[in-house]
Amino acid sequence: MTTHYLVLSGLLFAIGAMGVLIRRNAIVVFMCVELMLNACNLAFVTFSRQVGNLEGQIIAFFVMVVAAAEVVVGLAIIVTIFRTRRSASVDDANLLKY
Amino acid sequence: MESEIAQITQHTGGVIGNAWLMIAFPLLGAFILLVFNRLTDRWGHLLGVAMSLASFVVAVLAFFELIGLGEAERRRAVHLYEFIPNLDINMGLLIDPLSISFALLITGVGSLIHIYSIGYMAHDEHRRRFFAYLNLFVAAMLLLVLADNYVGLFIGWEGVGLASYLLIGFWQFKPSAAVAAKKAFVVNRVGDLGLLVGMFVIFTTYQTLSFAELKPIEVENGTTLAIGLLLLLGACGKSAQLPLQSWLLDAMEGPTPVSALIHAATMVTAGVYLVVRSGAYFFPEGSGAALAVAIVGAATLLAGAIIGCAKDDIKKGLAGSTMSQIGYMMLGAGLGPAGYAFAIGHLITHGFFKADLFLGAGSVMHGMNDEVNMRKYGGLRKYMPLTFWTFFIGYLAIIGFPLLSGYFTKDGIIETAIEHNQVLGWLAVLGAGITGFYMSRMVFMTFFGQKRWAEDAHPHESPTVMTVPLIVLSIGAIFLGGYLVLSNRLLLFLAPAVGRPEELPTFHFVSVPGITTLALVAVGAGYAWVRYAQAEVPVVQPRGSFVTTFARRDLYGDALNESLLMRPGQWLTRIAVFFDNRGVDGLVNGLAAGIGGSSGRLRRIQTGFARTYALSIFIGAALLTGALLLVGTI
Amino acid sequence: MSPWLPILMAVPVVGAIVVALLPKGSDKLAKQVTLLVSLLVLVLTGVVAAGFKPNGDRFQFVAEYNWIPSFGVKFGVGVDGVALVLIALSAVLVPIVVLASWHDADGVKSADGTVIAPKRSVKTYFSLLLVLETMMIGVFAATDIFLFYVFFEAMLIPMYFMIGSYGGAQRSYAAVKFLLYSLFGGLLMLVAVIGLYFVAGKNTFMFPQLIGVIQDPAMQKWLFAGFFIAFAIKAPLWPVHTWLPDAAAQAPAGAAVLLVGVLDKVGTFGMLRFCLELFPEAAKAFTMPIVVLAVISIIYGAIVAIGQNDMKRLIAYTSISHFGFIVLGVFAMSDVAQSGAALYMVNHGFATGALFLAAGFLIARRGSPYIEDYGGVQKVAPMLAGFFLVAGLAGLSLPGLSSFVSEFMVMIGTYSTEAHGSGALTAAAVVSAVAVILAAVYILWMVQRVLNGPTAEPVKAFKDLNAREIWVLAPLVALIIGFGFFPKPLLDVINPSVQETLTNVKVPVSTIAEKGTGQ
Repeated sequence: MTTHYLVLSGLLFAIGAMGVLIRRNAIVVFMCVELMLNACNLAFVTFSRQVGNLEGQIIAFFVMVVAAAEVVVGLAIIVTIFRTRRSASVDDANLLKY
Repeated sequence: MESEIAQITQHTGGVIGNAWLMIAFPLLGAFILLVFNRLTDRWGHLLGVAMSLASFVVAVLAFFELIGLGEAERRRAVHLYEFIPNLDINMGLLIDPLSISFALLITGVGSLIHIYSIGYMAHDEHRRRFFAYLNLFVAAMLLLVLADNYVGLFIGWEGVGLASYLLIGFWQFKPSAAVAAKKAFVVNRVGDLGLLVGMFVIFTTYQTLSFAELKPIEVENGTTLAIGLLLLLGACGKSAQLPLQSWLLDAMEGPTPVSALIHAATMVTAGVYLVVRSGAYFFPEGSGAALAVAIVGAATLLAGAIIGCAKDDIKKGLAGSTMSQIGYMMLGAGLGPAGYAFAIGHLITHGFFKADLFLGAGSVMHGMNDEVNMRKYGGLRKYMPLTFWTFFIGYLAIIGFPLLSGYFTKDGIIETAIEHNQVLGWLAVLGAGITGFYMSRMVFMTFFGQKRWAEDAHPHESPTVMTVPLIVLSIGAIFLGGYLVLSNRLLLFLAPAVGRPEELPTFHFVSVPGITTLALVAVGAGYAWVRYAQAEVPVVQPRGSFVTTFARRDLYGDALNESLLMRPGQWLTRIAVFFDNRGVDGLVNGLAAGIGGSSGRLRRIQTGFARTYALSIFIGAALLTGALLLVGTI
Repeated sequence: MSPWLPILMAVPVVGAIVVALLPKGSDKLAKQVTLLVSLLVLVLTGVVAAGFKPNGDRFQFVAEYNWIPSFGVKFGVGVDGVALVLIALSAVLVPIVVLASWHDADGVKSADGTVIAPKRSVKTYFSLLLVLETMMIGVFAATDIFLFYVFFEAMLIPMYFMIGSYGGAQRSYAAVKFLLYSLFGGLLMLVAVIGLYFVAGKNTFMFPQLIGVIQDPAMQKWLFAGFFIAFAIKAPLWPVHTWLPDAAAQAPAGAAVLLVGVLDKVGTFGMLRFCLELFPEAAKAFTMPIVVLAVISIIYGAIVAIGQNDMKRLIAYTSISHFGFIVLGVFAMSDVAQSGAALYMVNHGFATGALFLAAGFLIARRGSPYIEDYGGVQKVAPMLAGFFLVAGLAGLSLPGLSSFVSEFMVMIGTYSTEAHGSGALTAAAVVSAVAVILAAVYILWMVQRVLNGPTAEPVKAFKDLNAREIWVLAPLVALIIGFGFFPKPLLDVINPSVQETLTNVKVPVSTIAEKGTGQ
């Protein structure tokens, strides 16, 4: 009965992962990461329902908090990169290598 | 029981109880002279002489105290302090007839040579240091002969080696002197290896290295033979016996008093001391070890004599003769108690006449601008009469002129040798004949014939401080032999320490070997007279026959060492260094380079593209999940 | 609980902090404070040594404080005879090294003005030196194996900086090589330490409680290997020795003295204490291969030393040869050889220390470590030459100098041992005795080329030793000669502790020692 939720969660996660791998725009990549996180949240909540306790839902809240914090830091970084490089492409920020 | 030696008993008090003073005086002298350095420049030599004389006085007093004791009680051990408790080795002295004889010789002749050196080294700016080293030598040599165990002996043994090293290299700014000093030390170390391993075997077998605790043996077994041969190797190194003889001739680079004291009278006889001291324990009469000693002695006495025949350098000629004379002593030391007395007797008389000869040679050099080439001497007897007469007495003594010292002691060895072993004995007779030749050659080339001096030579007699020791030594060279040998004085005196032969030898003034020896000596001397006093001696060394070259090149001993040891050693060293740098270290550095190289390649994975990292994370996560699932199904 | 050892360890580190915090430009004061602190440590060590009872308990001046209670880790210190003499060795060497390195960090210019060593931070150098002293004392005093391990590794840090910042031209190569080698060994040891903790299952790292706990022979072998490889690298034993010549040659002379004289002794000390006592069966099983390695070290080190043209590298290789003797003595399983080995650790510190420092003074004058750049020093600087010669003679174990006693004891103990495989040990003693000849060659050949012969042109400007330099060398030479003739004070302290070790290894103490104590 919860299978559909899990399948949806898996699909969302896969879409998010693909997005992270193939998109260049930092904002979109960022959104895809969020998508993956929310896919996980969905899975947690589903399992919580399935097993019958609250732990999964609690973890979902944690994930949301972390995601919010991540958005704050991540967006700040992206904005800074955009300011200095005039580009939001993740491929342009590749100095940290070798 | 022929080889019965007296028990060693503990002794306290008296002069013997304080015999350590004998060593302490010269040691203190060396210490003061070396530590206070230039402060002592003005009076350093006097201090050196005083310390040596003080030591001599103690030795004389100890000697008289010793002969005041009963014959069976004349081996006194003096405990000083615990040295290595684990091995139960104590520092202690053994005062017995053998060691006190040596002590008297060392301090007596040593003091004379100290005095002589005041004059000889007067113009050397480092005279103080010279006396410091001489004092150090005397102290070490006394420790060698007075120690009551092998470890103490070994410390003295190496101490004299050090003093010899320092003194051969005294004029170290000359590369030849520096090389000679190093060579002497290294060759000696080869012998030391024998002594060292010998000590291991002794300790393992008997659990002691102290003379007092070792027991005299009657019959040898494999172990004592091995010990005997190892000790003999040590003796060969120190006493310049075949096959470790090569350093002695080079050692003549040192100042002449050094050659007289260390490389003639005392240090080089330490090997003989070692053999005689260990005689009762490891060289029983008629044993293989004793035979080996006698053979080495006989071979060296001939080798030394042959080398002596071809040398134009007066000191090297004397060095060859020293080798040869020590060969006689070794021969005697290989003949059991009868031979010991003659060996030690010859050692003592040789100490006198050879020191006399060396100091005489030094006196000649002193008058001839340090020229050592006898081809540039000639007719010197009128110009330095005292030197000539004392040298001549030494010469007569060494060739065994009747009634002089060498006559008694050398003939004693020869006759005892013939009794024991015909071949070795007659070889010794032959050696005496050759001695007659080369010593006469030396005297004739130096003091007789035409003047062949360098243009700036102004020969003159040496100062009194140098001639007085010569006179004293030559008096010893005249009388000492007869005194020691006739009525077996020395033999009976030494008997408690080294054992007494079954029947006491009687000295034959007329005997077949004696007459033959004298005849051969006369032939040798006569031939030398014809060739070097009558005929003209060329100033430039002639090419010479194959035999002469053979002798001039020290019987190719150096060439042999060089091709057998030195060159392969150099190659081995080079190979080892190469192997260490390229092989062992190369492996390490190669490993480091390998890791460095592969990480250089691996770091290319860090592309800088965020999605590459993301992909690797996903792959990793997928793999992990897969693995978990897999494990779950099993 | 005795406070002495913690005090002894605290004094130098407090001194180091004081020196580091001194205001800028007070270089001279920094040196004086360092010297004072190191002398204070020497005095305190004297107090400890005076209070040590050779025939009392094995570990004295014991102090234990809990450190990481959940793993049973304690700050446990205490000294037995061997540890005491090694602490004393460190305490003696540090003030000497301080004096010797007085100008090492000031920068060196050769006569023609080229900079040989640039000016560096004096305060850092001397506070590193003091930190190192704490660690050296700690590593010998630690009775908790975990604490031992911590000091064993931590010692590397000050030494790494002393080589890496104050060394010669190739200092960073040498420093990294030294560090990597040591860390590699240290990690193996860490694995073995942890393994020991779990296998023993006693929730403690205290050495006295771990003796005889590991019974399984296979487990003993694995743990033994972990410890032994670390110690063999430290010692250093052939074939893991190549870091030493580089490190010693590049380090400033003073640091080289501490490196070879003390730090390396931790390796042989560890073998004697930990490898033998914790894993006796394994030690016996591995005796033969280790003895072979030791003999190779002895002969190989000596031969390679002959071929060196850099004085400091030459001395380093002679040390490899001497460490071979120490390892041989440790594994000969006889009390004479082991006491000899323990004594050798001390004597080698004095002898090699003197040699390194004398060579350092030569190098400071000439600006080159290469032998061919010298010649005839004897004539212009007789005192320096004299000290160099005496130190060299100690290096070739001349009888009458301290190294002889220990070398003799090692060889005779190895030769006469009754332990298992004594035939091979006898042969090992004879082969290693050949080093007696090789030692004469490497030392005297160097002496001949450096001190003797005609005086080389640049050498003519040499000044003889000044007062400071005499104060550096004279105490060492006095100790070398003193213990050469009278080694008993050291042996009296060492012997009971070695006999304890042998009892734990279950090797019968030989009859001689019984005879000796019976008298």
